[in-house]
Amino acid sequence: MSLECGVFHTRYESDMGLRRWPAERIRLAVFAVFVLVFPFVAGPYWLDLANQVAIATVGAIGLNILVGYTGQISLGQGAFMAIGAYSAGLLTLNLGLPWGVSIALACVFTSVAGTFFGLPSLRLKGLYLAIATLAAQEIVEWAMTHWTAVTGGTEAIVLPAPSLFGVRLNTTFNFYWFGVAMAAGTALFAANLFRTRMGRAFVAVRDQDIAASVIGVNLFRTKLLAFATSSFFVGLAGAMIAYYRTIITWERFTLDTSIVYLAMIIVGGLGSIRGSFFGAALITLLPALITNAGRALQETAPMVAGLLPYAQQAVFGIVIILFLIFEPKGLSKLWGNVKDYFHVWPFAYRRG
Amino acid sequence: MGAILELKDLSLRFGGVTALAELAMEVRRGELLALIGPNGAGKTSVINCVSGLYRPQAGTVTLIDGDGARHSLNRLPPHRIAALGVARTFQNIELFKHMTVLENLMLGRHVHMKGGVLSGGIYLGRQRRREIEHRTHVERVVDFLNLEPLRSAEVGNLAYGNQRLVELGRALSLDPSLLLLDEPTAGMNAEEKESMARFILDVHEEWGVTVVVVDHDIDVIMDISDRVVVLDFGRKIAEGPPDRVRRDPAVIDAYLGHARTGP
Repeated sequence: MSLECGVFHTRYESDMGLRRWPAERIRLAVFAVFVLVFPFVAGPYWLDLANQVAIATVGAIGLNILVGYTGQISLGQGAFMAIGAYSAGLLTLNLGLPWGVSIALACVFTSVAGTFFGLPSLRLKGLYLAIATLAAQEIVEWAMTHWTAVTGGTEAIVLPAPSLFGVRLNTTFNFYWFGVAMAAGTALFAANLFRTRMGRAFVAVRDQDIAASVIGVNLFRTKLLAFATSSFFVGLAGAMIAYYRTIITWERFTLDTSIVYLAMIIVGGLGSIRGSFFGAALITLLPALITNAGRALQETAPMVAGLLPYAQQAVFGIVIILFLIFEPKGLSKLWGNVKDYFHVWPFAYRRG
Repeated sequence: MGAILELKDLSLRFGGVTALAELAMEVRRGELLALIGPNGAGKTSVINCVSGLYRPQAGTVTLIDGDGARHSLNRLPPHRIAALGVARTFQNIELFKHMTVLENLMLGRHVHMKGGVLSGGIYLGRQRRREIEHRTHVERVVDFLNLEPLRSAEVGNLAYGNQRLVELGRALSLDPSLLLLDEPTAGMNAEEKESMARFILDVHEEWGVTVVVVDHDIDVIMDISDRVVVLDFGRKIAEGPPDRVRRDPAVIDAYLGHARTGP
């Protein structure tokens, strides 16, 4: 982070703040106003998409903690979301726990499961670890579809609608506030984490694990903690899906989900919280945008409109490839470039 | 002065290659010891054995702390050795290159700090107090190494000489009682070498840290060290004050080769 003219921090509190310059605070305020006003102007279709973005943001931040910040590649995102969703649902259905308690327990439960599946990370790195987490994905998928006594197998599980003080939560409008609160809470927690001791240790393990151990970071503990922290939020995202849809099906948590989430954090920016949000938003909204483009072109260019639904998967792939080639640091870096440009506008020189 | 580190009969082999052969040496508390020798003599292996990255097949590594308690380092993992106050730098700079200078230095405080995921995520209150407390420690190092303008620069973007300084700073932030420097002047030009040599002297004299410097740049190291240990093929071939070691025939042989006699 580069310095801003005319702002002098004279206390460590302000120098270590998350928003250190007036411009940053103004941007945050503008965004907050947008978030507050949005549900009152948007229709249910866009509101539903916003809810999906909120859930994906929580999941993407969770995955980014592990992959982007700690450098442990995971293909088990779908599995951990499944554990969150199923345990949140089943705790309520079988034990009659209130939905809030179920979600909290589901997060803890996913965290424990994530730590267990993170054990191979102590010996394996990179692609080898990715394959080990793929095993977790396969095991959980198999359990979802075959462990009929607990998960109901391939049948969908239907949950009672969650309500808070008599207000039904799973309408698009009401869930919006819950989703935004969770996403904001997750983002704040993660941002705080990475400006303090344990978060720094996570990043140190990613950048140079040997140097990290020599400076006093316990690699064993730190990697497992990263898995635990990451899975906690991934589990939260899973539990949120369960209570938003009030229906749990295994198809939502396949390897495809793991790949889509990896795409989110790659497109958004590895090791970046705002990148997690950008990526979650783009990947969630992309199919919707393509569909809408198709509708808009129906009249003028029916040929193109007819082809667009088929192109959806291809566009998804192309977006990822384009990002890897032209901006491997993702949307987060693009946003940084825009900020830098306007920072010195109208002068052309770039800050170092 | 008593010893701070004792190596006894240390043997380290990689397959058929002997890196260290029954090496015995000690580091005295408060001294600036130079560890020199030709390429492949086993200098870095000694440092790696002390910091826990290599496990010697035989022999002992013992650290004696300020109270006289003896800690066997042989079986300790690197992070426990760091917690005992042993810090090091690497021959090929090993910094956390996507982090800022400050964050790198703060990692040097890791063993002295408290705070886990939860208190970090909540931040306000307890963890913020801890961060500030340790930030003041780190600022001493920043001030000492003149890193003020680079505080919030990403380390990977820094010039080579500055990266070396940051690595020294990270080790210093740990408040080490024993500092191991693996070729701190490698790849530097004459001015940078001189500046680094002055920093090492200051660390030794002002901060009172026991320092072991590994290098093959004999000129710099002979100027600053109190005592020199010379290794060759994993054995100690000479030991003593710089002047005497410089004239030692075994050392001259090791560096320049034997004079051949006969046809």
